[in-house]
Amino acid sequence: MTTTQLPSRRSAAPATGGTPTTAARRKRPGRLREQLSGWGMIAPAAVLLLAFVFLPAILGFGLAFTNARLISPRPVEFVGVDNFARLFTDPTFWRALLNVSYFAVVVVPVQSGLALAMALLINKKFRGVNFFRTVYFLPVVTSMVVVSLLWLFMYRKDGLINELLSTFSFGLIQGADWLNDPATAMPAIIALSIWQAAGFHMIIWLAGLQSISGELYEAAQLDGASRWHQFRYVTWPGLKHTRSLVLVTITIQALGLFDQVSVMTQGGPLDSTTTIIYEAVRSGFKQQETSYASAISLVFFVLVLLISAVQRYLTREKD
Amino acid sequence: MKNVLRLNSIGAMAVRILFAAAAAFPIVFMLVSSLKPDQQIFGDMSSVAAFLPIGNISLDNYTAVFDRVPAARFLINSVGVSAVTVVLGIFINSLCAFALSRMQVRGKRVVFTAILATLIVPFQTLALPLVWWVNQLPYFELNGFSLEISKGWLDTYQVQIIPFIANAFSIYLYHQYFESIPKELDEAARIDGAGWFKIYRQVVMPLAGPATATVAILTFLPAWNSYLWPLMVVQSEELRPVMIGIQYFFQLNVSWGEVMAYASLITVPVVVLFIAFQRSFINSIASSGVKG
Repeated sequence: MTTTQLPSRRSAAPATGGTPTTAARRKRPGRLREQLSGWGMIAPAAVLLLAFVFLPAILGFGLAFTNARLISPRPVEFVGVDNFARLFTDPTFWRALLNVSYFAVVVVPVQSGLALAMALLINKKFRGVNFFRTVYFLPVVTSMVVVSLLWLFMYRKDGLINELLSTFSFGLIQGADWLNDPATAMPAIIALSIWQAAGFHMIIWLAGLQSISGELYEAAQLDGASRWHQFRYVTWPGLKHTRSLVLVTITIQALGLFDQVSVMTQGGPLDSTTTIIYEAVRSGFKQQETSYASAISLVFFVLVLLISAVQRYLTREKD
Repeated sequence: MKNVLRLNSIGAMAVRILFAAAAAFPIVFMLVSSLKPDQQIFGDMSSVAAFLPIGNISLDNYTAVFDRVPAARFLINSVGVSAVTVVLGIFINSLCAFALSRMQVRGKRVVFTAILATLIVPFQTLALPLVWWVNQLPYFELNGFSLEISKGWLDTYQVQIIPFIANAFSIYLYHQYFESIPKELDEAARIDGAGWFKIYRQVVMPLAGPATATVAILTFLPAWNSYLWPLMVVQSEELRPVMIGIQYFFQLNVSWGEVMAYASLITVPVVVLFIAFQRSFINSIASSGVKG
């Protein structure tokens, strides 16, 4: 809002006040009403965010240092760092941390790489490009819960995956009992997670690719650059920002692993697929220990912050 | 040279088809299996018939799902919860963004910064303290002529809706979009005597269609797909959303044909929406990328 474009009001205002300049600013008609209606418009969203994001965040921080239970007749008491002491001596928590790290270390490079390959495959216009984009994106609009249920079926010992493996290897590969073997359960969850989410990051890469000017490619072609050189010296540097974006989002999503585990393995077999969020839900919801769950959530949040900070720092320094 | 290019493009097409097959085969398998009896699903598994709707095809699994599970109720619940969240979300977030973008409000910088700060908190961090918190909240209900106050929001519809209406990212998207709409338009409307709400409703919002589409999709998808939250806060069968309905299939002796039918039933509506509004979906996802 600039008052300069309202000549009528500007000339009218000084007439009502004593000292022209300050009065024009203070007593402009509707100024108070603008404040009031502005706050009226901001208030609904602001109040809801306060109630359901800010307060729970602060509460979570506070509850982590108490003995609060979801439903309890006893008053909430401050217990210091008891919850954290218990957490850091709990082997299941360390196992969950290890599992999530394993998941992230595989998913982050593989998923972002596949997503980039898919984006490059459909970046240029060709006949049928819409078809391919739609198909690549289909798993993303399928909910993770449905995907988990579907793959739970496909991962059976007599399921589709093993049948496909056996057919394509001419009977050489005898498939595993994927989800019931501690050695294969996490890799199985990794595979379906990448399958579901690669299309999402393909779109983000695609947006990055399309922001690179076509003139750069023309110039490179005139200089006789090969396809690989065009990728290496035009595309890759042009994706600098997209790259850190994709890495940060995939890592944070990977750390928050929950749905797949909840539907497919419930953390088993032998804790080989349990995750931080799964442990938080198990203690906070099933065992109703809100305080302990809040402590886990807090550790998770600190991890997310640390990793996105480190990743941002690294991707910024390199280039 | 020409031959090399041709070979390249054939190769690229082959890779594209390979990726497409990998992306599509589980979904095709799900849809096709939902039409077959279990015996045939397992019989077809070792051949290409697993992906073809041939043999003993019927909708029996679907009718069985409606008999076994209150599927209709779950679908109505999810449609209702998602629709209300989307509509209220569009209204409240755009209104907030409008005031932040176009009006002279003291302190709006601070408010906007605080709103954007909430983006760094993943929902999983909030979920468990939030369960405890909503269980402490009072709820007012008008029962005949008396106002009844009850404690705790657990196991209600509002607990599935109200915490998700206000969304910092929606406010951010609308704010970005509103900034691109020339402010001369509302000044002209002001001179014609329009109030702020009228400018919002009749000048700015009609021009913000693409932002509304993006916000609608980015609110709808998590609402339809929500699992972690209703798992914890909804116990009654008649209040459950579709994703929780899968728990009916966590028992032994389950018929896989029925599982696939239920999975198809709750997936197909979203896929249809996606195909109908493809461009908006893709744009929404592209814009949601900036969140990280």
